[in-house]
Amino acid sequence: MSVKISKREDGGVTVVSMSGRLTLGDASAQLRDTLRELLEADKKKIVLNLGDVAYIDSSGLGELVSGFTTVRNSGGELKLANLTQKVNDLLTVTKLYTVFEIHDDETAAVKSFG
Amino acid sequence: MSAEPRRVELRLASRIENVDLGEELARQVAGVAGFDEDEQYKISMSVRECLINALKHGNRGDQSKSMRLNLLLHPDRLEVQVGDQGAGFSLEGIPDPLADENLLKGSGRGLFLVRCFMDNLAVETPADGGALVTMSKRYSSNHNKSAESNAKKEKRK
Repeated sequence: MSVKISKREDGGVTVVSMSGRLTLGDASAQLRDTLRELLEADKKKIVLNLGDVAYIDSSGLGELVSGFTTVRNSGGELKLANLTQKVNDLLTVTKLYTVFEIHDDETAAVKSFG
Repeated sequence: MSAEPRRVELRLASRIENVDLGEELARQVAGVAGFDEDEQYKISMSVRECLINALKHGNRGDQSKSMRLNLLLHPDRLEVQVGDQGAGFSLEGIPDPLADENLLKGSGRGLFLVRCFMDNLAVETPADGGALVTMSKRYSSNHNKSAESNAKKEKRK
């Protein structure tokens, strides 16, 4: 079981929507490749909509953190939106909510780029 | 004299798909043991994290080496053992993933999550080598009723 990723543009912000399980292996690699392609295309304002991601393991969390630092080091911003309760709980227990800017929904996340 | 636990024992080749298999098996056994869905999630994710460690850090992806997964149903708790054929490790040597200097690291959260999700966690080095991680979770007070209910749900699937 892997993850599906779709992209759309919204006023200069790229919204990346994921569904499935973000875990060790193909799913984490897919996210890494997607973010790399966006940065290569100079798309540096990114919202990651995790509304349909019900499960993340520690490798998936690590991939989110690596993605965050890669985007930031390229002069961009990666924000999270629409977290499920389980994912929200994981970010809380691992203190990663202090790292990411997290929004309740995609619209608010896009607007926050100003 | 304590009762002999019911046991499920597996030996798995070091492959990612076997991590998924072990996780799913643990979820089902936890259901049979009477744990609710949230506890099943926590137990199966803990098993997943330990199998990932066994695969990546213990066996270093060497598919000729195997991972061991034992699930033991005791009268008062579910005990899980995950073994590998690596060099072994100790919990004391693992950095705290919540420390400021580790927060932005891309790895190092697996055993922390296991500690959060399970009641006990220990690591030993058996005489035949490798690492053996043992963790357990106690049943809730109404676990007999839950076990019956979960068994009916599984039958209906």
